[in-house]
Amino acid sequence: MAKVLERKPLTFWERTYLPQILGGLKITFFNMFRRSETLEYPEQRPQLPKAYRGAPTLVKDPEGREKCVSCQLCEFVCPPKAIRITPGAIPFDAPTAHVEKAPKEFDINMLRCIYCGLCEEVCPEEAIWLQDVYSISGTSRGQLIHNKAKLYELGGTRPDQHRKWDKKLAAEKAQAEGGHH
Amino acid sequence: MEFLKYLILHGIFALVVVVALMSMCAYAVLAERKISSWIQNRVGPNRTQLPFLAYIPVVGVMLQRIGFSQPAADGLKFLFKEDVTPGHVKKFYYVLAPVLSLIAALLTCTVLPFGSYWVTDANNKLVEYPIVLANLDIGLLFILAISSLGVYGLVLAGWASNSKYPFLGGIRASAQLISYELAMGVALLPVFLWSSHPGEVSALNLYDIVQSQQGLWLLIWQPVTALIFLVCIFAETNRLPFDMAESETDLVGGFHTEYGSFKFGFFFIAEYAHMIVGSAVFVVLFLGGWNFLPYIPAPWPHNWVGSILTIAWFLAKVFFFVFFFIWIRWTLPRFRYDQVMKLGWNVLLPLAVANFVAYLVFFALFPNA
Repeated sequence: MAKVLERKPLTFWERTYLPQILGGLKITFFNMFRRSETLEYPEQRPQLPKAYRGAPTLVKDPEGREKCVSCQLCEFVCPPKAIRITPGAIPFDAPTAHVEKAPKEFDINMLRCIYCGLCEEVCPEEAIWLQDVYSISGTSRGQLIHNKAKLYELGGTRPDQHRKWDKKLAAEKAQAEGGHH
Repeated sequence: MEFLKYLILHGIFALVVVVALMSMCAYAVLAERKISSWIQNRVGPNRTQLPFLAYIPVVGVMLQRIGFSQPAADGLKFLFKEDVTPGHVKKFYYVLAPVLSLIAALLTCTVLPFGSYWVTDANNKLVEYPIVLANLDIGLLFILAISSLGVYGLVLAGWASNSKYPFLGGIRASAQLISYELAMGVALLPVFLWSSHPGEVSALNLYDIVQSQQGLWLLIWQPVTALIFLVCIFAETNRLPFDMAESETDLVGGFHTEYGSFKFGFFFIAEYAHMIVGSAVFVVLFLGGWNFLPYIPAPWPHNWVGSILTIAWFLAKVFFFVFFFIWIRWTLPRFRYDQVMKLGWNVLLPLAVANFVAYLVFFALFPNA
């Protein structure tokens, strides 16, 4: 059964609307003394959540080694095809020669990037991260294609929990010394 | 020679008043932006800074935070923007409209008394005179007449723009202004009744109306009259909640849609001049002008210091009212067009007539009240 709400007839003062207007004026008046919610942008920056997906960047491990091994998985997975990698070899005399490959060129076209984070998800080396970079600007299209130097500049270094290549090197050494694995 | 001196002195006086009014308009725009932002918990304009002000240590920063230099930037923007005249407008009237609406807005301030000065006459008695550009005997009538001319600027703009939204805005403006003009005129009749004494001729002189409020202010004597007049002022100045002429939400910009740069600036200044002059008229009629407080004689001396204080006190009341205009803007939602008409014709006009008749009976029964 429908419930019938009983509406009280408006009193005389309620029908003039004046008390309501005064009430509204009171609210807006005291609103003036409340703290402003404005973030004065270039000086003040918003507090970003930890998992914020900003621009994709390349990172180095704590020793300063570039983590990317140019496997090109991110290039293949990238939905808007924003990433372009030219693989290169690590010279034999380098201390990280056992990693074998590193990108010669690594371009991310920020005009195409959709910040989906698939590159970060697919990377087996944890080399590409979407970090807290969100104000990307440039005066030409060329400036918005981030090259390798720019990507490392934005990325910096990140702590590495796995030490995958150190372990591999240690294992290789142990094998070369005639141990078993 | 005497005439030339009179002409020059009054010319300078008029120039000072107009310059003061114009700069008040500029800062009313700033006040509008600042108070709007405070009510909405924002910060408002706080970036503009004149170079030489930036060197003052603490005050410079404070001036920047309150947007002190913003009016200069806004004004210059209007001046230096490209002045586009659309091809489809009726040119002569298109240019005439903003000028007309500014003239109407500025003319009303000529008869407004905004302070008083004292002169010792031949009998060594202090005589008080109003500080006013022209102390007309029919001051209030003049204001009503001129301020209703303001609608011509709006209607002309709407028609000369020769496109659909300005046209609708112009129609709405004319309908609204004419409706509320009526209620306003009738609402003011009790004021004439009150300020005139039996046997005297003139009661339309604004100075006399101020002088008659040395005791109780008219706001306390005639609250209903004041309320009707207040609502009508809001409608006459096209301020929210009665912004039918502009209707930014449904008519783009209403009558000034086709206007840009300085011509738009004219409309803009005219709107704020209307607001300030409207506030001043309300202060003169209902808040006792420069009278200090009801029944409390003014604490200022009867010399030039007192004159300045009367002007300051008057302006303080006016500024409160300008604040009130902005305050109301962010408190009440806009009316729909038919609601505006309904309020004007079905509520305010009958109320004004009833109010007038009530005071008529009152003054007929107690002629010496």
